[in-house]
Amino acid sequence: MVSVASTFGRSGTHDYVLVRASAIIMALYSLFIIGFFVTTPDVTYANWSALFSSLWVKVFTLLTLTAVLMHGWIGIWQVLTDYVKATRLRALIQFVVSVGLIAMWLTGLFVLWGV
Amino acid sequence: MKKVAISVYRYNPDVDDKPYMKDYTLEVDEKQDLMVLDLLIKLKEQDPSLAFRRSCREGVCGSDGVNMNGKNGLACITPMSSLKGRKIVIRPLPGLPVIRDLIVDMSQFYQQYERIKPYLINDEKTPPARERLQSPEDRAKLDGLYECILCACCSTSCPSFWWNPDKFVGPAGLLHAYRFLIDSRDTATEERLDDLDDAFSVFRCHGIMNCVNVCPKGLNPTKAIGHIKSMLLNRAV
Ligand code: SF4
Ligand code: SF4
Ligand code: FES
Repeated sequence: MVSVASTFGRSGTHDYVLVRASAIIMALYSLFIIGFFVTTPDVTYANWSALFSSLWVKVFTLLTLTAVLMHGWIGIWQVLTDYVKATRLRALIQFVVSVGLIAMWLTGLFVLWGV
Repeated sequence: MKKVAISVYRYNPDVDDKPYMKDYTLEVDEKQDLMVLDLLIKLKEQDPSLAFRRSCREGVCGSDGVNMNGKNGLACITPMSSLKGRKIVIRPLPGLPVIRDLIVDMSQFYQQYERIKPYLINDEKTPPARERLQSPEDRAKLDGLYECILCACCSTSCPSFWWNPDKFVGPAGLLHAYRFLIDSRDTATEERLDDLDDAFSVFRCHGIMNCVNVCPKGLNPTKAIGHIKSMLLNRAV
């Protein structure tokens, strides 16, 4: 057993499931947004904000942002542990990316709140 | 007679500052299709300082894994006619430290093998008087797994093993791990899975399938790794 502190999930299996599950959520959300653009002849501010005013779209959006956060966190950690062998540099990059992802999530939360 | 151009990776740490490629020309019979190992043996007659491993010279022992024209394989069962290009380029297996010329230090490879406990564990109180029997079906599950000769062609072609040879078990080790996980006579399945359930040991395999592409015994480590992943997942949900 290789023990590693900075992974996101509890175990390798947990990480693996989170990456797959979050990928499915992101794919569904992408289809949903593409579907909106395809079925809406002219996208205006009115129907765009109407879309995001319904509760389930808000929940779906926030769920997707959470998926991006987990997917990005685990994915970047995997890439960094492959290619960046200097521990301090890797920790720094991981920190910056993780903070960025959390900031993205919070930004999304407040934007949704305001609609 | 025809001339064959061969370029071989040379490095003797006692005299060389750094590795270099040395070009040779060999005369071989027009009609003969020699194995790469035969070429190496002829080269050694020409230049006795050339070092490489070999033993059985028929694809059984796994000693002469090398990289030929960019692809790992056993020199003794790779015919020169199968190598495309005007020149034959022979290098040591990638990713492992070179001891000399085509000889690599396999310690990390063997450490990963050792880690998966490559032996039968059975905690039944009373061992059978003669032997542990298996049904033909249970025995069949070991096919495609037990044939591995630990030549390291697969693990040294795997990018995940290159980047983390100390943490990722690698295709050869995982093939053996699965061989014991599905053995009906082995009772340590849970403990074995516990030891593999981290972010590196198994899950660093991203299904690149270089291992399947090079295995000289035609084995499929990726499939075995897929089975281990399913076992870990079934246990988690
Ligand atoms: S399938 Fe997995 S073990 Fe095989 S080469 Fe690819 S990453 Fe390595
Ligand atoms: S799986 Fe194939 S390539 Fe890998 S060590 Fe075994 S025999 Fe060699
Ligand atoms: S010399 Fe034994 S496998 Fe090639």
